Amino acid sequence: MKPAFRWLLLGTLLVLAGCSSLGVKPWERNILARDDMLMEADALDLAFDEHIYFSKEASSGGQGFAGGGCGCN
Amino acid sequence: MQLKHKKIAGLLSAATCSLLSTPLQAEVGDWDVDSAILYYAEDNGRVQAIEPVISARKELGDEEAVSLKLVVDSLTGASATGAVPSTQVQTFTTPSGKDTYTVAPNETPLDDTFKDTRVAYSMNWEKPYDRNNRRNYGFNLSKEYDFTSVSANALWQHDTNQKNTTYSYGINLEFDQIEPVGSVPEPLSSMMDQNKGSATDSRNVLDLLVGVTQVIDRSSLFQINLSLSEADGYMNDPYKLVSVVDSVSGEPIDQLFESRPDSRSRQSLYGKYKKTLSNDDIFTASYRYMTDDWGIDSNTLDFAYRLKFKRGYYLQPRVRLYDQSAADFYRYFLLDTESVPTEASADYRLGEMQTTTVGFKFGREYDRQHSWSVRLEQYVQTGDGSPEEAVGQLRNQDLYPDVTATIAQFSYSFVF
Repeated sequence: MKPAFRWLLLGTLLVLAGCSSLGVKPWERNILARDDMLMEADALDLAFDEHIYFSKEASSGGQGFAGGGCGCN
Repeated sequence: MQLKHKKIAGLLSAATCSLLSTPLQAEVGDWDVDSAILYYAEDNGRVQAIEPVISARKELGDEEAVSLKLVVDSLTGASATGAVPSTQVQTFTTPSGKDTYTVAPNETPLDDTFKDTRVAYSMNWEKPYDRNNRRNYGFNLSKEYDFTSVSANALWQHDTNQKNTTYSYGINLEFDQIEPVGSVPEPLSSMMDQNKGSATDSRNVLDLLVGVTQVIDRSSLFQINLSLSEADGYMNDPYKLVSVVDSVSGEPIDQLFESRPDSRSRQSLYGKYKKTLSNDDIFTASYRYMTDDWGIDSNTLDFAYRLKFKRGYYLQPRVRLYDQSAADFYRYFLLDTESVPTEASADYRLGEMQTTTVGFKFGREYDRQHSWSVRLEQYVQTGDGSPEEAVGQLRNQDLYPDVTATIAQFSYSFVF
């Protein structure tokens, strides 16, 4: 594992450890419950983007799996 | 590929839905349909693509749902082969080995026989296990005339902390079969010899994903994913070439088929933050760091800001910035005075590059069952076209031409 990746991972774990007390009550979710606040809002846009960037660049995945599924790279 | 991302996006979407009190667009028994068409066009007669897609999701009750998706992807235009330009007319053999095409002096060699149609299907089934756990299963099939991909995936999601925290654990298994036009070329053999081996080759891909989605407060949340991907088998692009050039004049004297390692191991860390501001606008930012054992490191930053107007209209400017280092075996060309390495590729997608995407999306949400949008973006890819190692006439050539592409998309969603 490369040092940069290791440090990023460590930082992420520290952030997560500090976030365990975060959150809201069930009746406080009116804003979060909106469709456009979903992490995967505009799913078709995300899918198109992944296809384009998989075809033109050497990286893929992150939000989803990195696999192939297309002969374009 | 997009299949895979749509499917996992769908799976994670289900997790977030549940996390956020399940805001359903459709009633039980209704089909929630998303449709779109994408137009992608590169300048200078390079690749053009038209890609219609339709996706439908049906709620079965008790948070159980099935989804189906169909994508048709039609590609035309010319693609860079990896060969260097010359001061002379160059003649190349087409992948079938049965024909030739010529490239004018000082022009980047492009293979204009590039044409493809891809059809991809995917289906997904999601079902709760108990109050705090959900399972999702997906299957995908993608077919091109020279490429077939089959994959299956599973995702387990666990809610905790009053559903403010969701942990996701995913696995994806994929099998790809490549059937290149004119059979599989022998790596680093000369294009002139047309030394072809078997008709097909294959690779297997295993993806693992661990993620956390965390609600921060009433208007913001974030997501962090760690992904591992292991690919084994045929990793070459059978149509890409590497030029062997005269070490003094820089003129190409041979063209070899590329040779990549037969495996690739990737890790990525992805983070996304989303917040609704006091004026109801939405800010989204994401970052991805990816590293692999080919020597490629990349950073991706993506920002979007959704401005909301009256009557459901919105405008969403977006900027995406990407940079990557070159693969260890990336070479602009090989010199005739050196021994041929075991691995070499001049595929520009494995070279050092920076890309920028700038654009906007404009749309309207009439109600929760009906919406449309238009997206328009420009994509620019740049690299070092004058590397230090250039010799002879190559010093006067652009060895990494910029690529500029227009991305246009129309989407329409409805419930029936």
